[in-house]
Amino acid sequence: MTETLPGAGVPNPLDEAAITAAVDQAVAAIAAASTLDELKAVRLAHTGEKSALSLANREIGGLPKDQKAAAGKLMGSSRGRVNKALADRTAQLEAENDARILVEETVDVTAAPRRRRAGARHPLSTLQERVADIFVGMGWEIAEGPEVESEWFNFDALNFKPDHPAREMQDTFFVEPPEAHLLMRTHTSPVQVRSMLERELPIYVLCPGKVFRTDELDATHTPVFHQFEGLAIDKKLSMADLRGTLEHFARQMFGDEAQIRLRPNYFPFTEPSAELDIWHPGAKGGPSWIEWGGCGMVNPNVLRAAGIDPEIYSGFAFGMGIERTLMFRNEVGDMRDMIEGDVRFSEHFGMEI
Amino acid sequence: MRIPLSWLREFAQVPAGATAEDVMAELVKVGFEEEAVHRPTDTLQGPIVVGQVLSVVKEPQTNGKTINWCQVRVVPEGQQQSLTGDGIDPSGVQGIICGAHNFVEGDKVVVTLPGAVLPGNFHISARKTYGHLSAGMIASVRELGIGEDHDGILVLSRIGLDPEIGADAMELLGLYDQAAEINVTPDRGYAFSIRGVAREYAHATGTSFTDPASKVQAPVALAGGYPVKLNDDAPIYGKPGCDRFVARTVRGVDATRPTPLWMVSRLRLAGIRSISLPVDISNYVMLELGQPTHCYDLDKLSGDIVVRRAVAGEKITTLDEKVRALDVEDLLITDGSGAIGIAGVMGGAATEVSDSTSNVLVEAAHFDEVSIGRSRRRHKLPSEASKRFERGVDWHIAGTAAQRVVDLLVELAGGTAEEAGTDVGTAPDTVTVELPAAFASERIGIDFTEEQVVTSLEDLGAVVVKNDGGYTVTAPSWRSDLETKEDLSEEIARLVGYDQIPASLPVAPPGRGLTRTQQQRRRLVQALADSGLTEVLAYPFVSKAANDTFGVSTEGTPRKALKLANPISEEQGYLRTSMLPGLIEVAKRNHSRGFRDLALFEAGLVFLPGDTLGTASIPPLGIKPGDEVLDGLYDGVPDQPLYVAAVLTGHDSPAAAGHTPRPWDWADALDIARTAGDVLGVEIVVSQGQHQAFHPGRAAKLALRTGEVLGYAGELHPKLLAAHDMPARSVALEFNADALFEAAADVIVARHISTYPVATQDVALVVSQEVPAEEVLTALREGAGELLEDVALFDVYAGKGIEDGKKSLAFSLRFRAEDRTLTADEASAAREGAVAVAHERFGAVQR
Repeated sequence: MTETLPGAGVPNPLDEAAITAAVDQAVAAIAAASTLDELKAVRLAHTGEKSALSLANREIGGLPKDQKAAAGKLMGSSRGRVNKALADRTAQLEAENDARILVEETVDVTAAPRRRRAGARHPLSTLQERVADIFVGMGWEIAEGPEVESEWFNFDALNFKPDHPAREMQDTFFVEPPEAHLLMRTHTSPVQVRSMLERELPIYVLCPGKVFRTDELDATHTPVFHQFEGLAIDKKLSMADLRGTLEHFARQMFGDEAQIRLRPNYFPFTEPSAELDIWHPGAKGGPSWIEWGGCGMVNPNVLRAAGIDPEIYSGFAFGMGIERTLMFRNEVGDMRDMIEGDVRFSEHFGMEI
Repeated sequence: MRIPLSWLREFAQVPAGATAEDVMAELVKVGFEEEAVHRPTDTLQGPIVVGQVLSVVKEPQTNGKTINWCQVRVVPEGQQQSLTGDGIDPSGVQGIICGAHNFVEGDKVVVTLPGAVLPGNFHISARKTYGHLSAGMIASVRELGIGEDHDGILVLSRIGLDPEIGADAMELLGLYDQAAEINVTPDRGYAFSIRGVAREYAHATGTSFTDPASKVQAPVALAGGYPVKLNDDAPIYGKPGCDRFVARTVRGVDATRPTPLWMVSRLRLAGIRSISLPVDISNYVMLELGQPTHCYDLDKLSGDIVVRRAVAGEKITTLDEKVRALDVEDLLITDGSGAIGIAGVMGGAATEVSDSTSNVLVEAAHFDEVSIGRSRRRHKLPSEASKRFERGVDWHIAGTAAQRVVDLLVELAGGTAEEAGTDVGTAPDTVTVELPAAFASERIGIDFTEEQVVTSLEDLGAVVVKNDGGYTVTAPSWRSDLETKEDLSEEIARLVGYDQIPASLPVAPPGRGLTRTQQQRRRLVQALADSGLTEVLAYPFVSKAANDTFGVSTEGTPRKALKLANPISEEQGYLRTSMLPGLIEVAKRNHSRGFRDLALFEAGLVFLPGDTLGTASIPPLGIKPGDEVLDGLYDGVPDQPLYVAAVLTGHDSPAAAGHTPRPWDWADALDIARTAGDVLGVEIVVSQGQHQAFHPGRAAKLALRTGEVLGYAGELHPKLLAAHDMPARSVALEFNADALFEAAADVIVARHISTYPVATQDVALVVSQEVPAEEVLTALREGAGELLEDVALFDVYAGKGIEDGKKSLAFSLRFRAEDRTLTADEASAAREGAVAVAHERFGAVQR
């Protein structure tokens, strides 16, 4: 920059060649500045008060009047060139600088820490909610009830005769003292009885919840498990309505290809009764029918226990296990995984199912 | 029920090549679930043949044992050995080492030749042992998988057999037969017999059926037999315990004769062990016809047989040699000596048949289902007989069954039947059901033709009479379960096929969606999960100690808890009054699996019995109880509110590069509780709390504005954590979610949002250490008046510049007016008003 130093002589503002040379010098210096700091020094040197161009500009005042215009024009355009070069270079260097800072700020995004723990719902809960939502979507309502129940709601009202073997097949937990006739409900059917006693007809309810049987925990049994039971009481309901409802539900759960099968079975609370199987194309060991639950037409004795006239109303009911559904829908191989509360099990499922 | 296929074939049209699986596939259509296949050839392969021991050389061994070096002929003398392969001697005589000693030269035995496979995947081959090449094995019943006896080998001569040498022993022993095992539902007692299953097989396949009963020629009437009296003076539900008793006499029986192998084989496939010829015959007839029978040693009987209820203090020694104290409700078979059997459940030891028995009295009786069921439960004696009686036996089959036993005793045991016999009792009234013509179609949704209805019912054995509006149906005697038109509808649908039922989707009336409480529960549970907690579901079974520690009332005393009469484990014999014991168990399980940083929660019911527990009696079925009775039932069910609890141990997040996890502390427990309040729009009021499971200085009582206590939150008691081997400083919370739901406003009324500028003022107040910040904050709020929009505690300081025993609480107060911009003076005046109340209540002074 030595050639641009001031004091080397003040160029005549009318000397176009000298002024142009000074401008060229300034533009070259601007172009050569590689940082904003350097550019600042160049700006001071070439446009500062002591720069050749500023000094030349100042000379205009001392020129004869008739020359002032020409000199002013020359100086104006010359300084304009320099200022434009400065502005361009400033913008360029600022952009480069900004870009460099961003490059310097680069992090390894793959090393990001997890700062908040992710929570999780238990898949049995979310599956229960999903089932409920399907029925709510059909206009059904969700009914609930206590887990410790009166024997009447759990058995007698459901047409289990006091001495019938079916009663024993339920492997019931009884609550002390036995004279109080309290037990842990063995199915969610007592909620159906409560619904029939408490609601207006017609009734379309789904009763999900925990149930209890005296089975030891192993890979396929648990003393505490979850069911959902449906109950519809209306005029002129038939087994075809039961089948249609179950088919619709199965397709919501397992896709449009889902198929169901009904097989004759026995339950005290339904007549006719059926076992419900679902076709499982992805079953281990090849496609097969999987036992999903029980169902049937509500036994007239059950309707009578709730004060509903079986000659006017009929109904159907069905019940499936949530654990069982989760086991074959989501390929859970061992019942204990659902019971033990190992955080890996719930966390793997997240919040939806 | 296990059905040997060879037996089923006698009465139903089972295709020759059908397997047990094929039979089950047919039976499942008519409602019998598949249980298992029992097929000896699945684990047993030949060549297994009859051999004759030609010579036995006893060779003592250095270990003290003596083994036998045998030459066994497995091909009739003079014939060629047709089998080939490693170890098969072309001469037809195999050299075999045998360790058993219960046989002699000349005995016919079962030889498993090289190439055979025995149960347990035991391959037979020629191998060098004890200095010989042993080419095969002389088998015991246990090795063949057909019995438990392993004292020695199976000597065919000794069970009365003299088969040809080289004969297929598997054929001889019935090992090519197989059984299908099906599950029989409790309403279908008749299907606990070959007779019942053969009929069902015919229904399922549309083929013909031969009634086994029709092959038996029983006399129309019996008289002059052993005297029997039916004296039930205490019938249950008005039904006599015994309404038919047939007794027949067979003399000159040889009870020591071996049971024929075909019978042993069928019994074995049906799951019944061969015991002795008379007992085997009795069991065989039960399996075939469904009627349990009993054989008495006639010479051990004295006086009339009387069927009656037990008297107080009466005892019996049953067949299993156990002395049983009888209940006055037990129905007994008695003679002059007292009880000789618990009717329909188990016979007595004193009169049972033995090897020395020569005269047999055969009993075939009909008992009341309920009476038998109660005795069976009372004495914990589930037997094949009680199983059938409890589910209902055909009243009319008793005479036939007795005759069948008699016939077999004559044929197989060499007895002579007496013509005289006993048959006492009264047949039950036949049940007729009116079936309206359209009923089954309406109920099932299939448009049944008249022919379908009539044929189906007649195939079952029912008598169908057409009348004006439909049909009058008399159910067959073996179907006591057919009592209503619904029962008949099921039968028609079952025989026509459930697969014929069409699908139609009924439309429910417009619904309300989820109830508010259901929505609130979902919202709450989801909010906790969204806050980083993991939902778990623990069992509600806990120990008394756990309940007493965690389930305390607001007064600090342990809550009353429900005890289970038959828990899985006595240790966990109570129902939870708090969710925390279950969560702590789950936390410990996770710790043991290497997870130390946990945030677990559960929403579930706790069981809080009050003073009323259940009801002393239960109303009958099939009738709606009166309102008062119903109220009693409702009131007797203990309170079971929904509780939510959480346990947090370790740190709030995993350690990671550039991130330092924060240990959970007591404030996190409060924060979660407050989150629960926030999502439901309910303010949770916190105060210093006392709960024995929590750190005495770091527990908060959670309450509603009304003062109702919701629960507790804070740090768990250090001693409790140590006792449970839990990390120090673990925190927990628990609250009554139902109470929280109820406190939420049904409709939240909107507040006006003022857009005038805010005026913020800070104030630092010095109060005594023990004054709770929350109460000072409340005082400020109350004193500040309507202009106060919000107040927050932003600093707590004690130390230099503050008098000992005091602390400085710094609050930020936000003022705003609805209708104007506040002046500095107005805001200051409001602040002074706030401070004045704090001063008045707690002597607070501005710093």
